[in-house]
Amino acid sequence: MRYARPATAAEAVTLLGQQAGIVRVLGGGTDLLVQMRSGMIEPDLVVDIKHIPGINEIRAEAGGFRVGAAVSGAALGDHAGVCALWPGVAEGFQLIGSTQVQGRATMAGNLCNASPAGDAVPALVAAEAVARIEGPEGARDCPVAAIPAGPGRTTLKKGEFISSILLPARPERASDAYLRFIPRTEMDIAVASCAVSLVLDSAGTITVARVALGAVAPTVVLVEAGASALVGSKAGVPALAALAAAASAACAPIDDKRGTIEFRTEVAGVLARRAAETAYARAGGRK
Amino acid sequence: MKSLQVSTTINGDAAEFLCAPDETLLDVLRNRLGLTGAKEGCGTGDCGACSVMLNGRLVCSCLVLGAEAEGAEIATIEGLAEGDVLHPLQQAFIDHAALQCGVCTPGILVAAKALLDRDPDPSDEALRYWLAGNLCRCTGYDKIIAAVQAAAAEMRGARDVA
Repeated sequence: MRYARPATAAEAVTLLGQQAGIVRVLGGGTDLLVQMRSGMIEPDLVVDIKHIPGINEIRAEAGGFRVGAAVSGAALGDHAGVCALWPGVAEGFQLIGSTQVQGRATMAGNLCNASPAGDAVPALVAAEAVARIEGPEGARDCPVAAIPAGPGRTTLKKGEFISSILLPARPERASDAYLRFIPRTEMDIAVASCAVSLVLDSAGTITVARVALGAVAPTVVLVEAGASALVGSKAGVPALAALAAAASAACAPIDDKRGTIEFRTEVAGVLARRAAETAYARAGGRK
Repeated sequence: MKSLQVSTTINGDAAEFLCAPDETLLDVLRNRLGLTGAKEGCGTGDCGACSVMLNGRLVCSCLVLGAEAEGAEIATIEGLAEGDVLHPLQQAFIDHAALQCGVCTPGILVAAKALLDRDPDPSDEALRYWLAGNLCRCTGYDKIIAAVQAAAAEMRGARDVA
């Protein structure tokens, strides 16, 4: 194995594009080093992207925040601006692993590891976050929702890597929330999860909603019928019931040791309802 | 595999070492630098026995490549005591019998110090969540919590040390 520490994005792209065999990007390493240790993969080249300028920074941009691909959960959690604007994104990301894992883990890494249960992903999709991808043809922007292709697979092409993720601006009276079910209180993999992002008008009526489910399909699921159930409502009982039904209907889960198809389907609806209530309250809505 | 030459700072002192590209920081600390305080429990980031500070963040050194230490600031358990004087956390762990076999202890001390540096007066709940990535199979954790709180109280200069 070769280890490379490029000083620019262009250099990283060249390294990633030219090396034959198995190439991996090293951000926080919390998935990569475990996979190497277990023998799941034996990379020919590991490209440590943490020395590319700006990649460890969170910058204000167009009313939102651009989060560098190497920003850890601990660093994001320390950023008051991001936590205030996108609390659901922050709480999803910070649910991953222990304090030690949070010291290294990155949102871009969680996205590119492409586990169906990645806790950082649903809230990013609900937020309409956009990944900045560096590649042989230069930089391009891609909605986070379009990155996962299936368990362990992404739509990134040879030579490409994510350099940052943009969390967009929000109007007043907007917020989000993320909930997952795990059979314990800490450090486990989501059995089912849901992120909800809402915008309210001055009367507390929901004008924009995005609902995304995790761990109930090969990739994150955007539940448009669930969002439609919320828009025009004040998150009352009928709207929440319709949301829950839509979320459950959108599930295509597997049976495994952590949960059955029936359980995941049921719980996804419950989580959607509760996440919507939290997001609604955070956005300043009162019932 | 070609060895890499790495220059870093460990507990305030400049350090240099050679390592393989796929060698972890934990293996470098233990096998090349003789800093055997950090322990290998699981090797997969689950147990926290290898906890160190890397550029001011608590991390599992088994999930860091030695090569990544280039230019970094690392703090290990070996830097906790000042000479022969134990850190209040270390003394509290002895006083409160917060260890038995001791394999998890260095990692827990490093992790606890990281918390107290951020929050000198954590709630028990905050402390338990913070230390959730440090597994101990001997103590049942209660004595660890008591020891950290006692050290925190002492470090705050409180009179009533529990």
